[in-house]
Amino acid sequence: MNTANVNKVYEWLADVTDPEVPVLTILDLGIVRNVQLQQTDDNETIATITITPTYSGCPAMDVIGMNIRMALLSRGIKKVNIEMQLSPAWTTDWMSESGKAKLKEYGIAPPIRKASGAGLGLFENDTIACPRCGSEDTQLVSQFGPTSCKALYKCNSCHEPFEHFKCH
Amino acid sequence: MSQTTDLIKYTLQIADNALVLGHRLSEWCGHGPILEQDIAITNIALDHLGQARSLYQYAAELFNNLPLVEKNDLFASAVLQQKINAEEPLDEDDLAYLRDGWDFRNVQLVEQPNKDWAYTVARSFFYDSFNFHFYTALQNSADKTLAAIAEKSLKEVAYHLRWSSEWVVRLGDGTAESHERMQTAINDYWMYTGELVTMSEADTAALNTGNGVAATALKQKWDEQVNAVLQEATLARPEDGWMQQGGKDGRHTEHLGYILAELQFMQRAYPNMEW
Repeated sequence: MNTANVNKVYEWLADVTDPEVPVLTILDLGIVRNVQLQQTDDNETIATITITPTYSGCPAMDVIGMNIRMALLSRGIKKVNIEMQLSPAWTTDWMSESGKAKLKEYGIAPPIRKASGAGLGLFENDTIACPRCGSEDTQLVSQFGPTSCKALYKCNSCHEPFEHFKCH
Repeated sequence: MSQTTDLIKYTLQIADNALVLGHRLSEWCGHGPILEQDIAITNIALDHLGQARSLYQYAAELFNNLPLVEKNDLFASAVLQQKINAEEPLDEDDLAYLRDGWDFRNVQLVEQPNKDWAYTVARSFFYDSFNFHFYTALQNSADKTLAAIAEKSLKEVAYHLRWSSEWVVRLGDGTAESHERMQTAINDYWMYTGELVTMSEADTAALNTGNGVAATALKQKWDEQVNAVLQEATLARPEDGWMQQGGKDGRHTEHLGYILAELQFMQRAYPNMEW
């Protein structure tokens, strides 16, 4: 029995989440670059999934590769190649709108501007709204957070600390 | 020497800078002056390590496709020679853990000790100011893999440069003591900056094939970057005097040996161990 087609594989990949931000699927993140299926002579399917890392040193990439393998294996695809593609480099512009909404719901302030736009000067910061109370009276604590993709902020209105998914 | 061996040397030059600086920065892990900066510096270390991995993977791939006679000429380390003679392929870990100091091609700047926060910031600032313009130029490499790694890394290096520049300004334009200590660090590590923009044999070979970047051509951009930040930080730019060099050709200061002793200990003591 072999029901795999590319659309189906994309549906299955929607079950694979980012281990550090489990509310986001790898499709929300925009890191799946290509899905390719190939039939062997003995009617087996070989799936080649091309993904792109968010940051060079992101340890989640190995886990994500393994979880993709597991997701496809559980649907009967035994041969899975995971390929890593660096260029074009991932940016937060590839994150889906529903992904951004899910992040906010989860308590992480989503990226707010185009990553491809002009960068910030020294000591210049974006105004990031608090994902809990919505106040714009917030302050950057550190550009570097618990994972490469996030910065640490504090809300001066509700006094809660929160994370911001950086525009990258 | 074939074009491929030249490309391997060039790739290792970039990779070793990333690994050694990443290791130095990781020494702050758990010792940062405040929690947020401890997290910041270890994040930056992780970026460097990730970049080093991509480059070592590529160098290993190129190496494994070389004819045996060229493989034998590339590394002096005895344990690598054994592997090569046994016709075992090399991987990223072999390149990081099994080469001795004279096989490392990083600039001497990145192996200099952390000392205090000002020295750590000065070293990063000098390196980031170079690395940003270097990766910008390397995006146009004729070698598609190097170009892709450069494009990916550049986005991360932009954060590094912003972070180290802000710290130079914060300390330089801070209290009398922070100003003095930042100036001392800038002065003391200045003699290691010349090597960044000096061409090694590997640089020249890579430039001639279109794979590499003219390091000397980055000098002007590096000067502009550094001058602007030093000025904002109310710090004096040291005179360009005699510059240390040799790291890109495998001649290092005494510090690299100590770094490798710690970095490589487990693989040397317990070969092939995993955890």
